[in-house]
Amino acid sequence: MQVLFTLCGLAAVGLVLLITIYLIISGLPAIQNIGLFQFLFGKTWAAGRDQYGILPLILTSICGTAGAIVIGVPIGFFTAVFLAKVAPKNISNVIRPAISLLAGIPSVVYGLVGMCVLVPALRNWLHLPAGDSLLAAIIVLAIMILPSIISLSETALETVPKEYEEASLALGATKLETYFRVSVPAARSGIATAVVLGIGRAVGETMAIMMVAGNVANMPALTRSVRFLTTGISIELNYSQDGSLQRQALFSIGLVLFLFIMLINGFLNLVLKREKEG
Amino acid sequence: MKKLFSLILTAVLAISMLAGCSGNRTGGIVNTDGSTSMADVMGALTEAFREREPNITVNYSGTGSGSGISGVLDGTCDIGLSSRELKQEEMEQGAVAHVVALDGVAVVVNPKNTVTDLTTEQIAEIFTGKITNWSELGGADAPIAVYGREDGSGTRSAFEEIVGVEGACVYTNEYGSTGDVIGNVASNENAIGYASLSAVDSSVTAAKVNGVSPSEATVKDGSYTIQRPFVMVTKEDVELSQAAQAFLDFASSPEAAPYITAAGAVYPN
Repeated sequence: MQVLFTLCGLAAVGLVLLITIYLIISGLPAIQNIGLFQFLFGKTWAAGRDQYGILPLILTSICGTAGAIVIGVPIGFFTAVFLAKVAPKNISNVIRPAISLLAGIPSVVYGLVGMCVLVPALRNWLHLPAGDSLLAAIIVLAIMILPSIISLSETALETVPKEYEEASLALGATKLETYFRVSVPAARSGIATAVVLGIGRAVGETMAIMMVAGNVANMPALTRSVRFLTTGISIELNYSQDGSLQRQALFSIGLVLFLFIMLINGFLNLVLKREKEG
Repeated sequence: MKKLFSLILTAVLAISMLAGCSGNRTGGIVNTDGSTSMADVMGALTEAFREREPNITVNYSGTGSGSGISGVLDGTCDIGLSSRELKQEEMEQGAVAHVVALDGVAVVVNPKNTVTDLTTEQIAEIFTGKITNWSELGGADAPIAVYGREDGSGTRSAFEEIVGVEGACVYTNEYGSTGDVIGNVASNENAIGYASLSAVDSSVTAAKVNGVSPSEATVKDGSYTIQRPFVMVTKEDVELSQAAQAFLDFASSPEAAPYITAAGAVYPN
């Protein structure tokens, strides 16, 4: 029996290794061909003219994720505090299932709603030619990362020992002071995890933002059409010629994206470790 | 008893799967792969072919011209489908083109748009970002949203080549399929885009180009200038299975003409 479990564990590790090796092998040729500096810092992505610079894609992914965090984290955090501490039972019993439902909605549905509601609304409000923009992508991403931020932060807040809060209240602190000065700091590692996981989800999301971002490889600007690292791969993969530099460059984008996710994961581990030691 | 029954059922199912494999080998299945623009034409041809040869199944998967051509070169499909002419390097690798139809690339605008007649120069100026407002063309005072396809798409390369704006286009948005372009032009009054004539429906207006509106007649006689071939691709020196050869023969024969026409494309001969 133990052998079986070990095999299962090894299979998971093996798959990760396999994907890593495959990505490196298929991602490196294009980088060598184009030149690492040209590839990472080139400002133009135009496969038709053999120009493969992914700086606009990298910056878009960073700006998009940062935007989603700026909007999503405060909302998510305060919702979590509300649910864990403030909300009366019957209200939180309504909100909590709604949030888990939000987590279960497939990303293509977010994209669809964004495309049919958000994009035309932005077009009319801001008098844009199209409305597909970084802003639309940020809003969709912010909504998509809410559920994981809320539920993880809430769990972290609920595991704060009751004695901490009771002690604080007994010393004369108000309820709100107790929540924000005692409970939240005590739960900060859980909340940090939630934020990092939210970043991970935002960086990796493809389908929903492909439908609202417009997909032109412009430098990021709020009201302009932009292309993320993820959408850059998926929109051109179908029509790229097998074995061509374009196809290889798409794999190189995959490699860069993979490194991004590794960085985020590494950062997450660091946060958790420091919490444990501190 | 129940267990025995389900066991037998499983065995039968497993064997029937194998039967499918052997059918493939004797040539009962033709796998075609490629251009999404050719979906309608392929649908019509497949249906008509099934009536003639009910034992042959023709599969179509719309993955894009590039991957269709590389598919036939790698041997992962029998016939590749391309909505652009073959490139020199593809022909050097042994790809052989069989033109089965012609297709106009329509320049589409929203039905509410009053600008419906454009010259090739105006189209080039719109797509390269020199004209950015519909009022410059006699339309409403609204910014122009230029919609196009992603790099590598057959429609995009055909359009850009014919209009003479290769690599110079300034797109507002890029989309991954013909249907996306049409759907988004239909939902945005400011939009202009291009799409296969066969895919254009009543939700958008196909603009006149140099005074000629796109139709089968104007594509066939060449007066509508933005057009491209639909190509079935095979590999040199690789013998097609009987089934694939039969399908290719049918698709290039005059018999196929009415079906190609019905699908919105133009029979070339």
